Amino acid sequence: PQVHSLQELRRSASLATKVFVQRDYSDGTTCQFQTKFPPELESRIERQLFEETVKTLNGFYAEAEKIGGSSYLEGCLACATAYFIFLCMETHYEKVLKKISKYIQDQNEKIYAPRGLLLTDPLERGMRVIEISIYEDRCSSGSSSSGSSSSSSGGGGGGAGGR
Amino acid sequence: MTPGGGSGPMKDCEYSQISTHSSSSPMESPHKKKKSVPKRKWEVFPGRNKFFCNGRIMMARQTGVFYLTLVLILVTSGLFFAFDCPYLSEKITPAIPAIGGILFFFVMGTLLRTSFSDPGVLPRATPDEAADLERQIDIANGSSSGGYRPPPRTKEVIINGQTVKLKYCFTCKIFRPPRASHCSLCDNCVERFDHHCPWVGNCVGKRNYRFFYMFILSLSFLTVFIFAFVITHVILRSQQTGFLNALKDSPASVLEAVVCFFSVWSIVGLSGFHTYLISSNQTTNEDIKGSWSNKRGKENYNPYSYGNIFTNCCAALCGPLSPSLIDRRGFIQPDTPQLAGPSNGITMYGATQSQSNMAAATPLLQSEPSITSEELPLPGKTSLSGPCATLTLGQPTPPSSMPNLTSDSGLTDIIPLKEEHEGHQFLTPEEAPSPPGMLPSGSPITHSHTMHVLSLASQDSLHEDSVRGLVKLSSV
Repeated sequence: PQVHSLQELRRSASLATKVFVQRDYSDGTTCQFQTKFPPELESRIERQLFEETVKTLNGFYAEAEKIGGSSYLEGCLACATAYFIFLCMETHYEKVLKKISKYIQDQNEKIYAPRGLLLTDPLERGMRVIEISIYEDRCSSGSSSSGSSSSSSGGGGGGAGGR
Repeated sequence: MTPGGGSGPMKDCEYSQISTHSSSSPMESPHKKKKSVPKRKWEVFPGRNKFFCNGRIMMARQTGVFYLTLVLILVTSGLFFAFDCPYLSEKITPAIPAIGGILFFFVMGTLLRTSFSDPGVLPRATPDEAADLERQIDIANGSSSGGYRPPPRTKEVIINGQTVKLKYCFTCKIFRPPRASHCSLCDNCVERFDHHCPWVGNCVGKRNYRFFYMFILSLSFLTVFIFAFVITHVILRSQQTGFLNALKDSPASVLEAVVCFFSVWSIVGLSGFHTYLISSNQTTNEDIKGSWSNKRGKENYNPYSYGNIFTNCCAALCGPLSPSLIDRRGFIQPDTPQLAGPSNGITMYGATQSQSNMAAATPLLQSEPSITSEELPLPGKTSLSGPCATLTLGQPTPPSSMPNLTSDSGLTDIIPLKEEHEGHQFLTPEEAPSPPGMLPSGSPITHSHTMHVLSLASQDSLHEDSVRGLVKLSSV
């Protein structure tokens, strides 16, 4: 019954616009996003919550791309096996990406969807942008999330393809 | 309800090695098929790439030279193992074929990895992204009168104290990240683009650079190894039977020696060059253009270098491996909008307008997964002339790339394009890049602006559907 009413709420919301949080290249080619608060979100969400989301995501990506002892170990082991080990093992980066996707789902459910917003996993946008969809609710109560849309279960958003 | 092929761990989207002696069946399991046989994303990929094994393998379009590389390596190694190794393992030690075998295995493994994997292709911008960028650029430039191309779009960014210019890619509709470049042969933007290597039949970029380096390094060792032991073999035989007889007894050795002799210089030289590049953390592209050389100015330095050789090497070879961004084996969701900006690839020439008009009635538009982006824009164009007129699309889209250049440069000197009035923004025949063997037969019509028309004007209905789609996903 709960799901049913959420669906009805969802159907009543229409997409108003999308905001794109761009990459921050000041540190080089590592994946970081700008923490600048987009003006379109001014009325929809508190600045602090947004900044915290982006900062946490940045932290995750930094962790994924960290060059250190464990990544060296992984790299050397992979090299020694002529990279055949990638057939059976999940890389550290992929593990962190899963964490990220869970985090985004979580944020959507708890924070963004109640405010009529939806985060899209940057992985589905080529790691270029964090796409935030802004919905206009036709009815007053907020709609809940469709968290699986932002999960990394491939093909949820657009991303690649197109011809 | 997410399709089986796209779900699951990232591994499904990652390239999986097809080893030389076995290959997994490319057949899809029946339960993954929906009634309308959904396509996988590789089938509608806009770049000029070839895909095999249902999207697991990805290569450039021209693969002839790759087969030559394979043949050379296989034949030379095969002859070595068949003709020289028996004698050598008897006379000297059986470790020789063993080591040779390991080297050969390594060479083949890394070659196939390099050739078959995604080099770090950046997916093209979604229509919304592209439209948003256009809006921001228009705001930055002031609204343009239309008709003539404004100056090329660049963004400046300061990385570690060095000013780096990010260029806008007209094909992919994105600002290229630093160190990314658009490969004209594959018609893709590739991250940390090094070069396009015809010998491996693929671009060399962020994701396969270490495989490429290991390939040329191990190939150098293999070549030197084979060369040395072939010479040893002939010398040993000559001591017994005389030089000419030795050659007659083992004619394969002559062939191997010749191949190895000519390869050694280039392969070892290339290994040395790339060792230098890795230790200074530069790409071939940057080195050739002299982006970070001192000749450009005293303050010019490489902002990506970690400062010492060891860290640079470790970062390049043992750093984390980022995942493929193009998700080739994922399924196309029926209600996601297709991408902007198809390439100037071959199939563009075949697209006819009448076909597209018939095929793309609005209901089909939103639910049919197999509509290509060529067909997609035209219904938008015909039915939405009102909103069209309000768009300030001042910049026609030049073709993506310069012929035969790994183009990070020169989108600026492409001929300007005319535009039609009434808000229908057509792009007239423009000079297409000529892929090897193809004539620039003049008329790819890039639909990028009509795509914007479509996406902005019919945003509501499309997105409503995507919301419904999301709802469906969440309810399962």
